[in-house]
Amino acid sequence: MKPGLIIRLVVLALLVAFIITPTSFAWVFQPLTRNGQPPIYVQNSLLNLTISHLTIVAIATIASTLLAVGLAILVTRPFGAEFLPLSRSLANIGQTFPPVAVLALAVPVLGFGTAPTLVALFLYGLLPIFENALTGLTTLPPAVTEAARGVGMTDRQRLLDVELPLATPVILAGIRLSVVISVATATIGSTVAASTLGEVIIAGLLSNNLAFIAQGGLVVGVMAVLIYDALSALERALMARTGQRRLQS
Amino acid sequence: MIEIEALTKDYLELTVVDRVSLTVADGEIAVIVGTSGSGKTTLLRMINRLIEPTSGTVKIDGQDTRAVPAFELRRRIGYAIQGHGLFPHRTVGQNIATVPTLLGWDKAKIAARVDELLELFQLPAAEFRDRMPSELSGGQQQRVGVARALAAEPKLLLMDEPFGALDPIIRAKAQSDLLAIQKRFGTTIVLVTHDMEEAIHLGSRIAVMDRGKLLQYAPPDEIIARPATPFVAELIGTGERPFRLLSLGKVRDLVEPGPAQGEPISADASLRDAYAECLWTGREMLPVVDADGASIGRIRRDDIAHKAERPQ
Repeated sequence: MKPGLIIRLVVLALLVAFIITPTSFAWVFQPLTRNGQPPIYVQNSLLNLTISHLTIVAIATIASTLLAVGLAILVTRPFGAEFLPLSRSLANIGQTFPPVAVLALAVPVLGFGTAPTLVALFLYGLLPIFENALTGLTTLPPAVTEAARGVGMTDRQRLLDVELPLATPVILAGIRLSVVISVATATIGSTVAASTLGEVIIAGLLSNNLAFIAQGGLVVGVMAVLIYDALSALERALMARTGQRRLQS
Repeated sequence: MIEIEALTKDYLELTVVDRVSLTVADGEIAVIVGTSGSGKTTLLRMINRLIEPTSGTVKIDGQDTRAVPAFELRRRIGYAIQGHGLFPHRTVGQNIATVPTLLGWDKAKIAARVDELLELFQLPAAEFRDRMPSELSGGQQQRVGVARALAAEPKLLLMDEPFGALDPIIRAKAQSDLLAIQKRFGTTIVLVTHDMEEAIHLGSRIAVMDRGKLLQYAPPDEIIARPATPFVAELIGTGERPFRLLSLGKVRDLVEPGPAQGEPISADASLRDAYAECLWTGREMLPVVDADGASIGRIRRDDIAHKAERPQ
């Protein structure tokens, strides 16, 4: 086993242990507390918050992926080419809105809770996936796309059997960026009463408890790094399996 | 048989292919030669409708190519291109099986055909079938590309500079392989190249194109002897003409009985090679042997030189 993998497994094990039994790590966070503040956030189960956090991220990312990849496919077909500028602008607008602003705007419409957070993460995740899907679908080797037409594949067969499989690693890189941004951004969902790990951080901010802030931030940060790592490895495997060299590092 | 009739392609104001008509008989190798921008690739790609003609018709065995959907037409026509265009995410075997799979052949038949083609191209099936294209050398990838084009036993094979990316030694091998395979299957081939040498070597007929127009369509000896326009003559290269003519003939055609000294030459060598050998070794005549190495006579330098004269 490579040292890198051992470190990742150890970190993952620590993370899982902390999420399941946070109180057994109280001694770690004790030095951060003042005036007898509690070192561990116990008002809500850390496990439930994590699951809810990840679920929100997963739903938002799946929705972003479906729409972004669907749009990218549409605008790279001959009949959809004229929608390319429009769809690019739409995705760019999604990215320029700060998530906080989306939350603020969405609350009056959707009310407090998970919904506005989902909308913010969904909009925010669109652009990286869309851009990467466009890149993946438009930078295929010309000889390969030419051959796919030349052997008599229909448009549908070309898309499903050649273009998408070859573009998948690049699309996945977009999904990875989007997921990592969402894991971090989901914390602010707690300001509008979504159930995420942001709750721990906000509780720490309100009660001026550094221990809460640190444990919320650590869990979110470590999760983001591990997810980033895992998706990178998946990309490399896919690259190798599709016989391509890595396009970007 | 392919009948191309007044085929034209316009892009806005620009006419890329201008009323080209030509016929390729069954079992022929028609080579389209021209400089870049001459419209030769456009002409080729209109045959399998990768490019739709502006006007004119293409008939294959009497049937207008527009009578069937383009993708069905293409499954019946082999297509090999420069840089092979192999699917990088599929194994060599899956690449070759592409068209038979699209046509819905049964698995056993496809597997047998893939192995047959691999062996035919001197790529042992057991070793190469499950490799990825990126693991092959350039020459091997090119052979797999041609094997894929031939997989569904097309009667017609279109090739767009298929040997353009190969080094000279591998290219010569690929060319002679192509000729052998063409002879074996009787496939009609239309091949595009910018290399006159390749055209003369491979073509039973050569079509010379310039700025969208077909200047001359004739057998190689006629193109060399009687170029229709100064451009055709220039493409052949005036200084090269006698040697190009010699490259068309075989030693076998000029063998006479009698002895000769020195290293023998094969009866299947070109007259050009025989002449070069005469000049290089300073000999008036060479002994000739057949494929088994048995002596069958000699060839005289003067006879070869006589063959290089402009035909009357």
